[in-house]
Amino acid sequence: MGNLSVRNLEAWYGAQKALLGITAEIPEKQVTAIIGPSGCGKSTFIRCLNRMHDTLPGAKVSGDILLDGKSIYDQHPVFLRKTVGMVFQKPNPFPSMSIYENVVAGLRLNGERRKAKLRAAAEKSLRMAALWDEVHDRLNYSGVSLSGGQQQRLCIARALAVEPSVLLMDEPASALDPIATQRIEELVTALKKTYTIVIVTHNMQQAARIADFTAFFLNGELVEFGPTSEIFTKPKDKRTEDYITGRFG
Amino acid sequence: MYTKRNLLNALMMGVFSLAAVIAVVPLFAVLGYVLKNGLTSLNLAFFTELPGMMGVGGGMANAIIGTLIVVALASVMGIPIGILAAIYLSEYDRRSWFSTLVRFTSDVLTGIPSIIVGIVVYAAIVVRTKHFSAFSGGVALAVIMIPSVIRATEEMLRLVPHTIREAGDALGIPKWRTILSIVLPTAAKGILTGALLAVARISGETAPLLFTALGNLYYAHSLNEPIATLPLNIYFYAISPYDQWHKQAWAGALVLVFIVIVLNVVARLAFRTRMGKN
Amino acid sequence: MKKKRPRASWGDRILRSASGLTAVLVVGIMIWLGWEMFVSSRQSLHQFGWAFLGGRVWDPVHRIFGALPFIYGTLVTSIVALVIAGPIGLGVAIFLSEMAPATVRSVVGFLVELLAAIPSVVLGLWGIFVLAPFLGKVVEPWLGRRLGFIPLFHGAPVGVDLLNGGLILAIMILPTIASISREVMTAVPTVQREAALALGATKWEMIRIGVLAYAKSGIIGSVILGLGRALGETMAVTMVIGNMPNISPSLFSTAYSMAAVIANEFTEATYGLYLSALMEVGLILFAITLLLNIFARLLVWSVARGPKGGHLV
Repeated sequence: MGNLSVRNLEAWYGAQKALLGITAEIPEKQVTAIIGPSGCGKSTFIRCLNRMHDTLPGAKVSGDILLDGKSIYDQHPVFLRKTVGMVFQKPNPFPSMSIYENVVAGLRLNGERRKAKLRAAAEKSLRMAALWDEVHDRLNYSGVSLSGGQQQRLCIARALAVEPSVLLMDEPASALDPIATQRIEELVTALKKTYTIVIVTHNMQQAARIADFTAFFLNGELVEFGPTSEIFTKPKDKRTEDYITGRFG
Repeated sequence: MYTKRNLLNALMMGVFSLAAVIAVVPLFAVLGYVLKNGLTSLNLAFFTELPGMMGVGGGMANAIIGTLIVVALASVMGIPIGILAAIYLSEYDRRSWFSTLVRFTSDVLTGIPSIIVGIVVYAAIVVRTKHFSAFSGGVALAVIMIPSVIRATEEMLRLVPHTIREAGDALGIPKWRTILSIVLPTAAKGILTGALLAVARISGETAPLLFTALGNLYYAHSLNEPIATLPLNIYFYAISPYDQWHKQAWAGALVLVFIVIVLNVVARLAFRTRMGKN
Repeated sequence: MKKKRPRASWGDRILRSASGLTAVLVVGIMIWLGWEMFVSSRQSLHQFGWAFLGGRVWDPVHRIFGALPFIYGTLVTSIVALVIAGPIGLGVAIFLSEMAPATVRSVVGFLVELLAAIPSVVLGLWGIFVLAPFLGKVVEPWLGRRLGFIPLFHGAPVGVDLLNGGLILAIMILPTIASISREVMTAVPTVQREAALALGATKWEMIRIGVLAYAKSGIIGSVILGLGRALGETMAVTMVIGNMPNISPSLFSTAYSMAAVIANEFTEATYGLYLSALMEVGLILFAITLLLNIFARLLVWSVARGPKGGHLV
């Protein structure tokens, strides 16, 4: 579960084309990193995977994305997003809700009423997000009372609670300090046992550390896609090599 | 040259500070007299008794209750409508020509004289139902409060970061659920502030009630009857020839000003706690 | 290409159409106000035509109606209010936006908003029993002695007159002018101020070059909004203007305003034409304030609000 197959995906913001026909197979239960200079389309790409791109005014998409063999455009985006969760660049817990309410927000607002079920889901998700030990005695505190790193893990727990099979992460550690970043990276490595993870990062070391596969984007084009070790040691494309060596060197 | 510029600067600074001082003088002059004349005329009977006949004492119990009823009626209609329209402008349609038109109309509506609203509601409701009523007064006040509720609510909704809505979308929560259960609660305190200020404003309105609520010497027993309100009573008593009624008008003014100021202060405190928390 | 627009759920459809409906309602209210005024004043429009605007006689007994005395009273009181409240309100706005330290700003700002919150009927009460005697016994005799040669200050001091109406209106519109021009000035980008300061400007020069010049149209808009408010204000003016349909050059003369005649005579209008004439007075008032407000809002929007094309990203 959680295999994504992208077929000739093109995306526009109004008249401006942001993705120029991307084709890629994102394998299930692996970590795939998307790298590339800013403005290369990596955020647009990941936002197409759960159809968040569609919601922007003037945005257009063509091509197809298959999730486990079925087109994501055949289902309602609201349902799709329960299967394809997302974590954003900046932690965005709901300010009006407590830690507990944040975690179960997705379930509750989709109609789950049973207290026991919600409690269990909250604990499970918080444990998976490695946050349970830090917050289990103050679940009624406001979500925004946590530190930045904790807030981000809270957002991960919130995304996990609706039991997705794919987790999209759009530069989830870019707003965090090094220690919090390390925790997120450990978490990503642990979560791939259960989830397909697609992570956008501007930090190539991070991609090298945690990703099984890496995709290099440039100017809306997917330049190269392959096992991380190959991309970083023997890239096939000159542009990939320039980018990687430029950054490392 | 240099000293001349500095002198001018000092002079202008003095002028602006003086303007600020002059601006608050009438506030204290009015509040001072309301307090002084109001306190000497205020007694228990004012809150418990019906108006006396032809300049004889009595109280304004019916007008105090009437104000509460008419304002509550207006709020029940005006606040939900204002909040809904703001939701439309902020969440569904931010920049089409239609939303610009609505936003603009709403802003312009705040500048239409309230007596105009009064006579239109008279022509539309009082004439058709053939009687003055608390209900028609409530409608008039609702029309007056809607634009301010819209404006305050929309501004607050716009302060809710877009990332909050994105988070809702990304969890697979339907948009209407995200709006009602996440976005609105996030902006709740600011919206409450706006609503309270709108309530404060209509609590003191007189002109739109002259031909709708009309006033009543007794308690109104249904929303289809004319009803007394504090501002109406203050007006009628102030222009009456009786000294005793003038005193009552001051007492009414004191109570009305007290209500309005309390609403203003509470509204601002509500907003402050919101600021403090974030 | 595939259909990328999702079909909305019933919940979304309900909230979207309910909220959209209320948005339509707002525009509907405006049209309703205009239409109802127009329909109700048709009889008078038909009977008097344009002469209604210039007619000096308002005589319900003989069925002759002209609105000029009311238009005059409304205009004069509003102009007096503007002359007084305009400069002061602007000064307050500058003080609040450019000069006052944070604590003073929040206190004075709050006081000015409280002034706006005082119900007009309370101001009217104060106008009758405090301001009128003060004007009639102290201010107006003094003005008459010193400036009596000007027709403006000629005549017997009563205290219940155009001057009183103008002063009360000034108190009422001062907060409007102050708070909206303050909003406009606050919207002026800091770089404008810094640019002026970097040229070696004094604070006043910075305000003049960096702030006032930039915010000019918005400030004018705020003054016009104040004017609109003054034109339509009813209760306070009704209580202090004297309610006599006079047209006199003296500010010490009793007069009448458009809103006041509606307030006083509406329930006494015993026959159709009378009521229709009153409605037409309302229609004129509505038309004037509508146009002024549209104009003023456009000016204010051009600086401070803009037809919000808020960013979604």
